[in-house]
Order: sequence, then C-alpha cells, then structure tokens
Amino acid sequence: MKSGSNLEKTLQAGHFAVTAELGPPRGTDPAPVEKKAKLLRGVVDAVNVTDNQSAVVHMSSIACAALLLRHGVEPVMQMTCRDRNRIAIQSDILGASALGIRNILCISGDHHSLGDQPGAKKVYDIDSTQLVALARRLRDEKLVLASQDEVCGEVPLFIGTAANPFASPYELRAQLFAKKVRAGADFAQTQCVFDVAMFADWMEKVRSLGAHTACRILAGIIPLKSFRMARYMVENVPGIVIPDSILTRMEAAPKEKAAAEGIQICSEIIRQVKQIEGVAGIHIMAIEWEHRVPEIVEKAGLLPRPA
Amino acid sequence: MITAAQKPREEIFAMIRSYREAQRPRDFLQCLTVGCGGCASICMAGGQREILGLNEQLTEMARSAKVPVRFSSVTVERQCNPQFLEDIEDMVRDSDCLLSCACGAGAQHLGDRYADKPVFPALNTLFLGVDVDTGLYEERCRACKSCVLGQTAGICPLTRCSKGVLNGPCGGTRADGTCEVGNGIPCAWSSIYERMKNQGRLAEILEIKPPMDWREKGQGVLVQAGFEARYGRAGRG
Repeated sequence: MKSGSNLEKTLQAGHFAVTAELGPPRGTDPAPVEKKAKLLRGVVDAVNVTDNQSAVVHMSSIACAALLLRHGVEPVMQMTCRDRNRIAIQSDILGASALGIRNILCISGDHHSLGDQPGAKKVYDIDSTQLVALARRLRDEKLVLASQDEVCGEVPLFIGTAANPFASPYELRAQLFAKKVRAGADFAQTQCVFDVAMFADWMEKVRSLGAHTACRILAGIIPLKSFRMARYMVENVPGIVIPDSILTRMEAAPKEKAAAEGIQICSEIIRQVKQIEGVAGIHIMAIEWEHRVPEIVEKAGLLPRPA
Repeated sequence: MITAAQKPREEIFAMIRSYREAQRPRDFLQCLTVGCGGCASICMAGGQREILGLNEQLTEMARSAKVPVRFSSVTVERQCNPQFLEDIEDMVRDSDCLLSCACGAGAQHLGDRYADKPVFPALNTLFLGVDVDTGLYEERCRACKSCVLGQTAGICPLTRCSKGVLNGPCGGTRADGTCEVGNGIPCAWSSIYERMKNQGRLAEILEIKPPMDWREKGQGVLVQAGFEARYGRAGRG
C-alpha cells in the first residue's frame, strides 16, 4: 500500500472504482462543500477537488479537501502547475499530507488567460509529468528536488495523472500516458469518454505498452445536461469528441427530458467502458450537478460501494 | 532581433506632460527623442522614420493640450553601445528630458550614460524574434540561459508552448493542431512531434525530461569566449 487511501484500497482489491468531482466555492462559505459532501458520501470512493478550475479564483483545493475529510469524504486533491513554483508545490504537498490528504492528481491546469485573472504572471515552473515524478520522489525517497536531506514524517500519496485519449496528436497519446506512468503515476483519470470506440482504441495501445497494469485507469464520464452543452463542448473544449449519434439523441430529446437522456447516455457509456480490459473505474465530472451523481452511479449498477 | 512596439501616443504624452507639470523648467520643456538604428529600427518601431512621425504627433498633442513642450530628435546607430551614445552629448545637454525609442536595454543604457536627465520609454520591448515578413515578427526565444533546442527539433517549448512544458504536449491540443489558449497559436509540441517523427527521433521525446534549472545569478553578464583576459573574468548567465 502506497498511501492507504480508500481509492487505492478499492482499486487494489479489484473493485471497479468510482470517483466524482467537486468544485470548491468561490468564497469562504464552507456550507456548499458540506452539502455536496453529503450528496457524495457513500456513493463514490473518492472526490476530486479542483484547483482553481477554469483558472478562476476559488477556495484552495487543499483547504477544500481538508473540509471534505471533516465530512467523511475522501478527497483527491487536484494540483496544477499553473500557479505554484516547485517550492510552493512541494510545500503544499507536505502540508496536504500532514492534513491527511492521501490522493493527489497532478495536472498542468487550464491556462490563466482563459480565467478571471488573465493578467497574472504564469508559473509553469515544472510540468505535470515532472510533478508526478516529484510526488513519487517525496513519497518513496522522502526527498525534495535537488536535495539529499530527508523530510521528516511519511508522505503517503496515491499519485494520479490526467490522460487525454482524444486530443491531437492522437497517435502519440498512449505513449505520453505511458511516460507519465514511468514517472510514477499510480492512477489516471481520462478526459471524458463519449466516443467509446476511440477510447477502446487508445486502451488497446495502452495495453500493448503494458501501462494499464502499473497504473489504474479511470475513464472520465460527463453527463450531458442539454444539446447546447454538448455542442459547446465539442466546439470549445480541446480533446472532447462527441459522436454524431449522441449529439442527435441530445438534440432530439425534448427540453425537459434532455437531462434524463444525458444521464441515460452516460450510464450506457459506463457499462461499455466497464467491459474494456484495463479500465479500473470511472471518474464522473458533474460539476454543479453533484446531486445527480447518486442517480448516475445507481443506474450504472455500481451501488453500493465497497466498504 | 529584439522586437518592440511603440507605446500608445497618449501614454507617451502623459509621461512627458506630468514631468513638465512637476518640474516647471524654462518656458518650454525641451524633449529629445532618441531613436535607435539597431533592432528597434529593423522592426520599424524606433528608427529615424518612426521617431519623426512620433515627434510630429506629440508636437500636435502638446499644441492642442497647451502644454509647452518642444520635441527634437536624433537617431543613434545603437543605444546599447557606449560609443554611439557619446555622439549625442551636446544635444542631450541642451535637453530637459529624453524619450528613448530603443528596447529596454537601450533605454536603460541611455539613462546610465546621461543619469542627470530623466529618460522616458516610448517603446514596449516585446520579445526575441524573427522577421516573418515586412512588419510581421514572431517570438522564438525567451533567453532562458539553458537552451533545450537540441532535444526538441529546434522548436522552443519554453517560448512557444503556452505552458512551457518540457514533457509535452499537454491535453489541450485542439484537433487542428492549435493550442487551447486560442488565437490560432500552433501547439509547439505538435510541431515538435511532427518534426521529431520526420527526423526519426520520436524516442527522444518519450524520455522524461527533468525540471529546468532556472537559477539566476543576478543581472546577466556575458564575457564572450576569448575576452576573459581583457576583462579579467569569465562568465555568462
């Protein structure tokens, strides 16, 4: 056991894992965190806490992850390379670990020009692959970068990475993922899957590289709320591919039934990806739609969660 | 080449105007606009032709705002060389302030040489770039002091990737090979990938690259190889 986290134990035991996502509030009020925690507790194995998602200032992911712990929900602390240099990153990892945070997701982060602080000085001191390697060094060797002095205490981390099977250049994506696994990723959460065939093709390449055994892969799932949302994502979010068959279904659904159709589609996708060899779980990204997560997990036949 | 662009005229005029109002020197404030025949001239931001146009506009602005300022002009071969700055000593003496049309290095050099005269920058220094075409320039180098071009098929990810990643691409490459940041900026790592593939060097970008060494040693100094004896020291960075 590397971290002893619930997510790690679930995956280790061979259960099909379920994680969800929670966006910290834009402010100091902890009440929304508690409310979302109650919705997700017992329904998923761990909950990602985003790190200033969309490069818009929110409550910090560490603080919000610590709040989740208080409410009995295991956090996956997202950490971007966008806002911190290597000193701040390592210090925050040590602090998070001391607070009892066991899962960390290492990502580069949405570029700040897309958020509410476009005038910020960008950091990107290290990249997400280097962040994975840095976290592993902290855990396994108890060493910070460029130092041979061990830090005190343990740093039990379950180290996650993001993978995007759907972004250009496609033929490179499985190898890029394998590179992050070599850097030390224990689990991965993918960009949301709508095109199951394309995802299966990526998984096949991942398996041929043997990367699925060292790193547990959770397929990303996004419930579509409306046809408009689907179209917006296709047009604006890089690396999102939605097949015409799904777009047509969303367009055909009457407005009041669109959300139900979206949830129906996502439960079908969950059942399909579950059949793909090497897929160890799903990661449901339903930001500000946390109240629908229990229904999604239920429909996919994934309740109750293993204790 | 160092590329630069003129600041908005209103911003330039406001600097001169507030100095005039704070100082109240002789009847007229005499401002010497100093052009640069080096990079700033090549990128058509601060050469002779540009500063004549700029002075004309500033003179008109001063007239309509009833601010007593007179603008004269001179262009030196390069503001970043001490010899060329000697040539304008007389003109500087007769002026109350200087308006530099060079890059940030040139403007500071002018200010160091004539430290009793306020120097105002007329340009914003932008980047180290190349001429794509007349009047069109693109950034290529961030002067990071630790060149990685040998690993990246001659395309700099620190400059041309929006996130400066060394183990790219990130997940934000669009289907058409542009960056998630938009404006049609090409994804540097897509270009690196294509070029490395064509050169049969794909395995190299699948190696894990360690973090950059951003170590700074204060103000950058370069003693070029062969000049160590002359300056009694070696070094760069």
